[in-house]
Parts: sequence; structure tokens; C-alpha cells
Amino acid sequence: MSADLMIEVANLTKRYAGRTAVSDVSFTVGRGEIVGLLGPNGAGKSTTMRILSCYLAATSGTVRIAGLDVFRQSDEVRRRIGYMPENNPLHLEMRVREYLKFRARLKGLSRKRSRERVDVVTEQCGLTDVSRRIIGQLSKGYRQRVALVHEPELIILDEPTIGLDPNQIRSVRQLIKGLGKSHTVLISTHILPEAEVTCNRVVIMYDGKILAADTPENLQRLMSSNSQVIAEIAAPQAELRECWIQMPEVEQFDVSASEGDYFRCALTPRVGLDLRPRIFDMVRERGWPMRELTRSRHSLEDIYVRVTRPDEEDEG
Amino acid sequence: MRAWWTLTRRELAGFFLSLSGYIIIAAAVFMMGYSFVVLLVKLQQEPTPMPVTEVFYNTQFFWLIVILTTPMITMRLFALEKFSGTFETLMTTPVSDLQVVLAKFTAAMVFYTVMWLPLLPCLFVVQHYTHDPAAFDPGTAASTFLGILLLGSLLISLGCCASALTRSQVIAAMISLAFGAGIFMLAWIADQLPAPVTWQGHVLASFTLFDQMHDFVRGVVDTRPVVLLGSLTLFFLFLTLRVVESRRWK
Repeated sequence: MSADLMIEVANLTKRYAGRTAVSDVSFTVGRGEIVGLLGPNGAGKSTTMRILSCYLAATSGTVRIAGLDVFRQSDEVRRRIGYMPENNPLHLEMRVREYLKFRARLKGLSRKRSRERVDVVTEQCGLTDVSRRIIGQLSKGYRQRVALVHEPELIILDEPTIGLDPNQIRSVRQLIKGLGKSHTVLISTHILPEAEVTCNRVVIMYDGKILAADTPENLQRLMSSNSQVIAEIAAPQAELRECWIQMPEVEQFDVSASEGDYFRCALTPRVGLDLRPRIFDMVRERGWPMRELTRSRHSLEDIYVRVTRPDEEDEG
Repeated sequence: MRAWWTLTRRELAGFFLSLSGYIIIAAAVFMMGYSFVVLLVKLQQEPTPMPVTEVFYNTQFFWLIVILTTPMITMRLFALEKFSGTFETLMTTPVSDLQVVLAKFTAAMVFYTVMWLPLLPCLFVVQHYTHDPAAFDPGTAASTFLGILLLGSLLISLGCCASALTRSQVIAAMISLAFGAGIFMLAWIADQLPAPVTWQGHVLASFTLFDQMHDFVRGVVDTRPVVLLGSLTLFFLFLTLRVVESRRWK
């Protein structure tokens, strides 16, 4: 197997009694990548992560982490990963430093090495001030950081930013990006901007299957072939309509009143065309004031909705 | 081995950093103290040749303490971790299921032993005030503690198993209490029956924990109860291990 693959998942299936949580999933993650597992709740993200982190065994299929089988070489794999389950469970009665030491010792670090690592990590994560505090008394943002420590090759984070305030989310994302420089990171989330901001690659899961796997940019390009253009122009409504009807590149349009004298026009071009220069020329010719001209970029959100709910997309 | 020790220390911290640990100890000490009050009143009325430990055993507080405290000690072991989710982070570190089970069992046993230690000062007090050096005999005290630990190890391994089965501490406590009381009942039934003739009778008779514990508190160490309680403990620890492993083959 290739040496620069961190995670290799092949035909992974996990069945619970009477329910298939993950069915025939295959994907790979290279070393140093930050990959986001994206999907609605119950899509099988957590189950996949639990199997990757050796907590559960797969019903069928193979999973290799750094070339090691998660079932047969489970101990070796567990030494190489750091896993944070959903909601970040911690022993609330312990002190921060105590807990970090405990984890480091469990991960097989020597007494001396674990002391060093705990020092480095408290420094890195800004935990120095609270290292003597009891975990139960820390705010959620700190707790999250407590869980993000030690030096594994692969870091698996299940919903790392859930329940945090925007500032904390930003700092956790920073931390993940920082970790991504020297580690491989797999995060799961159902919050789309998160995957868009932090991940190099996104794997979209739905109902136990992988629907799409690509970079956020590629997924966007896939979608943007017929993206809408929004223009706000101050002109008589009837004339505007006339213009759009006569413009051959416009396939569909919608004109609605906006603030002041302006009208908001949502224009759908024929496939593959960029309408913006055409609209600009037209407005300049006629001397109409224009205050906005944008092409709506398909966010990951649209892609997500489109791939996870194909039926509704057909209607639209 | 190192992981086992790290885990045991963490479990002990769990007992001694939480209020519940001290409440359990306080309750046990209260019952112990009360039983000694009863015992001293009895001794005042009529002197007895029995060792103090035997008199203490005869107050029946002994069984109450053992049967009520062990479920309290064991209920949190697995259930709490499963409930809070720390079990997942624990099982994704390179520790084996066996290490986890043994560490939890060891910590519970250590806690159980600590809980019983106040019995020693109680014995000293009796010795001091009766001015009778024979009231406290190290040999008898040792055999009493051996009996207490063996009986405790059985109930604690049982409690571990119950705790591993569920995410709810209350359910874990109820299961182990029910089984603990069941064993007590079995012992009681075996005690009431006439001398056994059939093989079933012999099997049942081997569960007469009352007689066996009675031997221990008198300073008699019989190998049969040692083997019985020891092997039952191993059996329940084995069951616990299988329950913990079961998440991987479910």
C-alpha cells in the first residue's frame, strides 16, 4: 500500500441490529490533508469515525491507518491516532494538567516524555493559565482544547465546534488549521462553512453512503456552470423586463422591487456563460444607475442540499 | 502493566475526588460504629468467650454493609464512563480491554479495603476499654479481613459486570444489588436446609456463606471458601471482559 496514504477505507460496512449505518464506503486520505466528513445527522459520520479509531469493529470491509489494519493491529493504530468523540467527553473532576498527563501515559509515553509533551501542549493551546483548574469548571472553549492534545499522526475530531460561541469556533478552526500543518486531520461536521473554511477536501456522506468527495473548489465549479447573476438597477420596470427578454444569453429572469428606485433582477444565464460584462455594457449604454452586480457563488451549502436531497433539486 | 497502574490511579482519583466516595465510607463507618455500640451493650450484659470479630459478625451489620456498599462502589465504574462518553476516549487509547477491567476492579477493591479499615480502630477501642489483650488477636483480625476481602471481591466483580452492561448507574446498582441479595438468599436457604443427601443438596450446601464467613471471623481459614469465592470472582471478571469486548462483535 502506498506510504503517503494515512487513511485507506475500502468497502466499509457497519450494520447495527436491524440497521445499516454505513454501507460500502471507500475513501482515502493522504498524509497532511485536512479532510471534512460532511453530512446530516445520522449519515454515518460518527460510526465511520468510531471504526477508524478502533472503538467499534466493522461488519465488513477493511480500514487501514498508516498502513496498519484497525482490527488486527489495533494497539499500534491507537498509538498513532488522537480521537475526540462528539461533545468532547472529559473527566470533569480532574485538573487539566492531571488529565493531560493521564492521557499521555495511556498513549504509552514515558513519564519524562509525557511531562515534556504536557508542557508543550498546554503552551500551544493556551492552557497555561488554567492548567491547575478543575476541568468541570472550565468554559467549553477551554475544554475543547483540553481534548485536542498529544502528538498523534492522525487526529480524528467528531464535531469539534459544536456548542461553541463564534470566537471560540474561530480559535478552534485556527487550531485545526495549525494542526493540519504537521498532522493529518479528519473532522466531521454538519456545519457547512466549517468544512469550506478548514478542509482541503470534503467527503459528503448521506444515509451511510458517500455521495461526493472532492475539494470544496471543485465541488463549487461543478455547480457554478449555471449560477445566477444578481443586478440591482434603477430603471423603469417595464423597460428592464424588455431588455432581459431581448438579451439572448438570459434564459430566465425575475425582477422585483428593491429599496428606493432600484429593481433587483435575478438572471439565470444559458449554460456556461458569464452575464456580467453584458449587463454592465447595457447599463452603461442606457445610462441607468446600478449599485450591485454579483454572480452568486454556489456555497458548499447548495452542493450539500443538492446531493443530499436529489428529489427536491429535480423540482427546482 | 503501566497502563493498568495509570488506569487504577485514575479510577482511585475518581473515588476520592468525588463526594460520593466519602459518603459511601461515611455510611459504612456509621454502620460499623453503630454495630459496635450494640456489641458493647451486649458485652456489658454478659461476657462471652467469642472473639470480638465474631461478636461483630453476629450483629448482622456485617452483611448489611457488604451488600449495600458494593453496588454503590461498583455502579459508576463503567456506567458513568459510558454515559459521559469518556469510555470512547479510553478505549481508543492503546490499552487492552483486560487492563481496563482489571484496573477498575483493583481500584474498587482498594476503595473497599479502605472503607473497611475503620474496623481496626473499633477493635482496638474494644480491647482498650475491656483491658483484655485477648480481645484483639492479629490472627483473627487477619482472617476476618481475608473473609471480608474475598466476599467483597465476589460482589465487586459482580458489580463490575452489572456496570459494564448498562449506561445507567441506577440500573447497574439495582442489578448488582439484586444479585448480591440473591447470593445472600441462596446462602440463607442453604443454611436452613437439613444436611444434604443428593448432589444438588451438596452443591447448594457449598454456598453456605454464613458458615464460611463465620469460620473466617473465628480465625479459621478454610481453603474451600477461598477457592469458591476466588473462582467466582474470576468468573465474573471474565464475564465483564466479554461484555466490554462485545461492542466489537455486536
